[in-house]
Amino acid sequence: MRLKLFVTILIVIGFVGSAKADEILVSAAASLTDALKEIGAAYQTKTKHIVRFNFGPSSGLARQIDEGAPADMFFSADLPQMDDLDKKGRLEPGTRKNLLSNQLVIVVPADSKLAIALPKDLLKPEVKRIALAEPPVPVGTYSSKYLEAEGLWDKVKPKVVPVQDVRATLASVESGNVEAGFVYKTDAAVSKKVKIVYEVPIDKGPTIVYPVAIVKESKRKEAARDFLNYVQSPVAKDAFKKYGFVVLE
Amino acid sequence: MLFFSFETWQITLFSLAVGLASTLLILPFGIAFAWLFARKDWPLKSVVETLVLLPLVMPPVSTGLILLKIFGRRSPLGQWLYERGIEIVFNWKGVLIAMSVMSFPLLVRSVRTSFAEVNPRLEQIAATLGASPLRIFFVITIPLAYKGIVAGALLAFSRALGEFGATILLAGNIPGETQTLSLAIYSFVQLGKDPEAFTLLGITVALAFIFVWCSEWLLRSSKKA
Repeated sequence: MRLKLFVTILIVIGFVGSAKADEILVSAAASLTDALKEIGAAYQTKTKHIVRFNFGPSSGLARQIDEGAPADMFFSADLPQMDDLDKKGRLEPGTRKNLLSNQLVIVVPADSKLAIALPKDLLKPEVKRIALAEPPVPVGTYSSKYLEAEGLWDKVKPKVVPVQDVRATLASVESGNVEAGFVYKTDAAVSKKVKIVYEVPIDKGPTIVYPVAIVKESKRKEAARDFLNYVQSPVAKDAFKKYGFVVLE
Repeated sequence: MLFFSFETWQITLFSLAVGLASTLLILPFGIAFAWLFARKDWPLKSVVETLVLLPLVMPPVSTGLILLKIFGRRSPLGQWLYERGIEIVFNWKGVLIAMSVMSFPLLVRSVRTSFAEVNPRLEQIAATLGASPLRIFFVITIPLAYKGIVAGALLAFSRALGEFGATILLAGNIPGETQTLSLAIYSFVQLGKDPEAFTLLGITVALAFIFVWCSEWLLRSSKKA
């Protein structure tokens, strides 16, 4: 009888213990919002843990983690931010992974009649202005590096209108104020007012990497690891692909 | 996202609630500082006055960075608070502090002006009749300046609602938790969701219009009186 009670208590304790739900906070680059919200919602149906997101520019998110903000996981749109935190010892060793990639594309206004099909067409005189996010914004750095590698940068540079970020690039192309612009494929996919005229081949373009890692100071590492595994599951990968990301294997 | 969606209302009510809390929080301090600036002379007054007004002209992101340094877990204050279970960063308290700091100068400026417009002779007369300084302040100064105080509070509240730069650094942009109207608009713009952004933009413009209009109306009528 006593033994039975004892076992019952053990089971109850065990049950309560395992049912303990952890709440984790994932700081993620703004460009991942749609994909991660969907993945987070799917994860929620399978687990007792709760996932919350903090979306912002990668540089700001890294800054916050560096100052000890209570984030458990960091999803950056760029390597330097992650490298910086890594160097400072803010990441949990062995949890860092390069999970996603993006593709650079040339977009023009949807109603554009200019014949732009290749990067060298940007040299044509009728292409007067090209919008490019200003470095160190990743997409700007990537685009100028690519044009340099193609030997086009010196001639394209005078036409470049430096803008704030990817969204501003897209907005200036959408409005027709520039003849063309460089953005990520995931961003171009969202807008109906632009069309992609050229996709930079992945092997020719710069390596665009979205790294993810668990923050060293996280108090909920088990839950964070669980979610880190989930974002690498086939379901999550399909969601990332749906939003135009390239999943790195 | 529709106009009547849960998300829209959650974001709007959250912004209004924290904005209101921040205005109530800074009101006593704002009145105290404004009175010290308008009525008293003390060493380094102009320096303190300038410091208080700085957030008005500094880039909000840099104010946010300073706040993050002050309240982050790696600072002595942040550490001290953390050990007592108080977290500011990534929390509604972070939103409250960012809004308070950014709207404080506007409050102090308008209240200072309205204090300066109260005729000091009325206060002196009250003093000769034996009223204590505290009594003079609450019976003469405050009632005569109340329109300016309310106008300043409304202006500060509107500024708090529009706060973005300091908030996103200190409190993060966590949907359902620290996401204010301004942060949500930023998110939707980043994602190219213009209809959603414009819905929230419409709400923001309507709210800002109402509060700034009321504030201006009060200031005009207080000048006439």
